[in-house]
Amino acid sequence: MHIHTVLSPCGDLEMSPRNIVEQAKARNIDIIAITDHNSTLHGPVIRKLAEPLGITVIFGAEVTTREEAHCLCLFDTEAQRQKFQDYINLNLPNIPNDPKNFGYQVVVDENDEILEEIEPLLINALKVGISDIEQTVHMLGGLFIPAHIDRPRFSIISQLGFVPPDLKFDALEIFWKTNPSDILSQHSYLKNPTLIKNSDAHFIEQVGEIFTSYQMAEPTFNELTKALKGEDGRRVVGF
Amino acid sequence: MQVSDVVKALNLKVFSGKSGLNREVDGGYVSDLLSDVMGHSDTGNLWVTLQNHKNVMAIASLKELAAIILVKGIEPEADTLEQSNQEQIPILGTDMETFEVVGKIYQLINS
Repeated sequence: MHIHTVLSPCGDLEMSPRNIVEQAKARNIDIIAITDHNSTLHGPVIRKLAEPLGITVIFGAEVTTREEAHCLCLFDTEAQRQKFQDYINLNLPNIPNDPKNFGYQVVVDENDEILEEIEPLLINALKVGISDIEQTVHMLGGLFIPAHIDRPRFSIISQLGFVPPDLKFDALEIFWKTNPSDILSQHSYLKNPTLIKNSDAHFIEQVGEIFTSYQMAEPTFNELTKALKGEDGRRVVGF
Repeated sequence: MQVSDVVKALNLKVFSGKSGLNREVDGGYVSDLLSDVMGHSDTGNLWVTLQNHKNVMAIASLKELAAIILVKGIEPEADTLEQSNQEQIPILGTDMETFEVVGKIYQLINS
């Protein structure tokens, strides 16, 4: 549920759509989400490549909120993805990327040919706060998951001190090394939250290295939603 | 020195928490990482920040800070105002940037 591509400035050049799909297949992953920094643009080409191999691709982005907390925003349909991309475009500051310092931001096609270089620096913070983003994601029918919440940088806890009690998240992503019971005892105000772990892959060998297992009837966005909510017998099995 | 003295000297805007303007000021803290402020600010500090999420008020209340100063013309979110009034911890504002306003506060407190 948290994979970067070559489009993210920090994503390795090997993180092409084709390589990501092949690596996911090799690791027997059923469902992945593509979450570049403040961009959903690589979702469609990866879905197109993954479908024939029986891998489901969820659209998404790892958004940097105004408070500089990273949050995963996940979507099912192309229409939702486009609307959310419009929202990002509206709220991303127009500060050009410097590839020498941050890395290249390229959109490629299914044959790894470069289609476009994205000008604004994608790791910047959006001009909108976390509550606004959460509400927008949910209004569009998406899932909202604060990322690596226990990391000392760019996490909801580092930036905001604690998880705001009225924030409507669908799950919380914890760092792969973290023991969930430690998080729950340190943040005892969290009442039985759904916790997941993801690879946050920036390099190809990281794709599928860390993953969460879900009890689902089939690998779809709707089933994933139910699993995160613990509905109809669907659930997070573990990581 | 009271919060009201700082408001007057630096011509700060008072957004909320007027009933706390008589709080005593004991130094200050500058950070936009709320986890850092929670760990390192002290009772009676003026807190200068650009964060306006309502968790700011929760931290100020927990740490019993004297007041919050928002820089660069940033305004608090609506529910933050409400909590500031309840907690009687003022939220103040200025168009100055952090560097400038902190320099002035430092001079004021240490003069």
